[in-house]
Amino acid sequence: MSLTAERNVGEMLTAAGTGNALELRGVTRMFGALAALTDVTLTVKPGERRGVLGSNGAGKTTLFNCVTGDFLPTSGTIRLFGEDVTSFPPHERIRRGLRRTYQISLLFGGLSVIDNVYLACRGVSRGRFSMRRPRRSDALMQSATELIDAVHLGDVAETLVAELSYGQQRQLEIALALAGAPRFILFDEPAAGLSPTERSDLVAILTSLPRHIGYIIIEHDMDVALRVAETVSMMHNGRIFKEGLPSEIENDPEVQELYLGGGHG
Amino acid sequence: MATVDQTGIPNRLTRPRQAASDVPEWISGIPVSWWVVGVALLFMPVVAGNFVLFQIFGWAFILGMIALSLMFLGGYGGMVSLAQMSIAGLAGYMVAILGPSGVQTISLFWPWWLYIPVAILIAALFATLIGALAVRTEGIYTIMITLAIAAAFFYFTRQNYTIFNGYTGFANVVPPELFGINWRRPIPFYYLTLACAAISFAVVVYVSRSPFGLALQGVRDNPRRMAALGFNVFAHRVFAYTFASIIAAVAGILMVWQNAQIAPGTAGLPAVIDILVIAIVGGLKRPIGPFIGAFIYVILRTYAPDILLALNLPGDRFKLLIGLGFLAVVYWSPDGVLGLWEKWRSHRQTRGDPLTGQGGKS
Repeated sequence: MSLTAERNVGEMLTAAGTGNALELRGVTRMFGALAALTDVTLTVKPGERRGVLGSNGAGKTTLFNCVTGDFLPTSGTIRLFGEDVTSFPPHERIRRGLRRTYQISLLFGGLSVIDNVYLACRGVSRGRFSMRRPRRSDALMQSATELIDAVHLGDVAETLVAELSYGQQRQLEIALALAGAPRFILFDEPAAGLSPTERSDLVAILTSLPRHIGYIIIEHDMDVALRVAETVSMMHNGRIFKEGLPSEIENDPEVQELYLGGGHG
Repeated sequence: MATVDQTGIPNRLTRPRQAASDVPEWISGIPVSWWVVGVALLFMPVVAGNFVLFQIFGWAFILGMIALSLMFLGGYGGMVSLAQMSIAGLAGYMVAILGPSGVQTISLFWPWWLYIPVAILIAALFATLIGALAVRTEGIYTIMITLAIAAAFFYFTRQNYTIFNGYTGFANVVPPELFGINWRRPIPFYYLTLACAAISFAVVVYVSRSPFGLALQGVRDNPRRMAALGFNVFAHRVFAYTFASIIAAVAGILMVWQNAQIAPGTAGLPAVIDILVIAIVGGLKRPIGPFIGAFIYVILRTYAPDILLALNLPGDRFKLLIGLGFLAVVYWSPDGVLGLWEKWRSHRQTRGDPLTGQGGKS
């Protein structure tokens, strides 16, 4: 399984990118009078795996939406591998090696599994407007097949996505984020709704990603989050109020009260 | 509209190739019924008279192509454009203006190999501009903005005399006598329109499973996700307008040749609405739908007065018949006649007697 075999735009930019994988400076996002994010400053090094924890409405998904460009921040700057992408449209950020998954799967139900992954591979390479049908032997088609095998969906490659089980759809969601040459991935609650077995599969996939791929993972399941994250940021009311190692966070009294106190622990 | 074109042709791009067969998969995958229709159309001139070839089939193929360009945008892209008739009209006008016509003072009398591509190119540019405006809107607003453009085009051609010759338009616009054939004679014209319609149809079917077509359907179903996969959603939608316009432009050129004239009314609002009716009656989901719709429309348009007169009703009320037909289709099957056909077929498959294949009523 070689996620890095595809050397395209993302890889070439590695040389140019200096410093941190992701750098947020004073990012604020208002929805009318409501501040979903307030003055968020966050630095993630290349290859670092960061967990983001926080109660519902803490602003975690809004943070992701700002990073991918679904929303523009009201103020502040976002740098991706040293490049200021604050005002870039989403597709430009994705082409620079950023990926994301969604909390509620956003897939193409009318297309087969392989077509979904093929689209994802095509999105970050040339020929997005190609009018030639792909052959099975095409390089992109093969990397799509590899990706499908990597997330254990090889048996259902030809199945329409709408007919997949919930767990399979979650796995496909991850496969889409691994297409091309990802350098930094945002995982939005990838374990939500998965069975215990599926969860350990997920942890295996996340921990076996090549070392140069960093990610941020939003996860409510502390078990999953603390096993795959090297560092943790705690969010509350649109602010990051604590950062540290998983062990520190777990034993922090403030965190215990705010986050784990709510019947979670 | 969340499903992708499954034409009944098992040409899914990922299906394993049949071993030891030299016939490409896309040919061997075409069902028998399609071959039958193809052969029937090919030999139609043996049985059909001139009027049927020229006025029924020729016209249906042309309208079908314009509606096909709408189907491509609406069915695959989720964008209902009412400007497709105007794009066809512009291509027709360009042929009359750049090529030969009865209006000596305006027409430039360029050779055919120049005015045909330039006419298509100008129509494609026009469509790209329309697309760039229209894709910023969604749903009903796309319909409104394209309707506004269609209305503007109609009034502009009617009031502009220096280029579009205003109210009168252009007469005596005839096709070039290529290979010594008069292409306006019924049999050559039948084959000309049949070839153009068949090629447009095949291209749309093929492109629907290409990266561009797949991505367009992805944009229709989930634009946000497509952007998060690295696709420029805006550019993809605009290019869909450009692509569809080429089909409409070719049809527009055939249309002006068939009528031997073009005037503002050719792309007037009733004609614009007719294209929408044709596409919806036929079905927006599949490329064959617009041709079925066009055929029904042309038959009704041609024979409705006779039917009405036979029933002792005034013959000039034929539009009433078309309108009622439209209402009936939309009421019973939002997916058009194709949708009705599918319903009937799945009904038979699930309820029919497994031994006799008869029945279908539970």
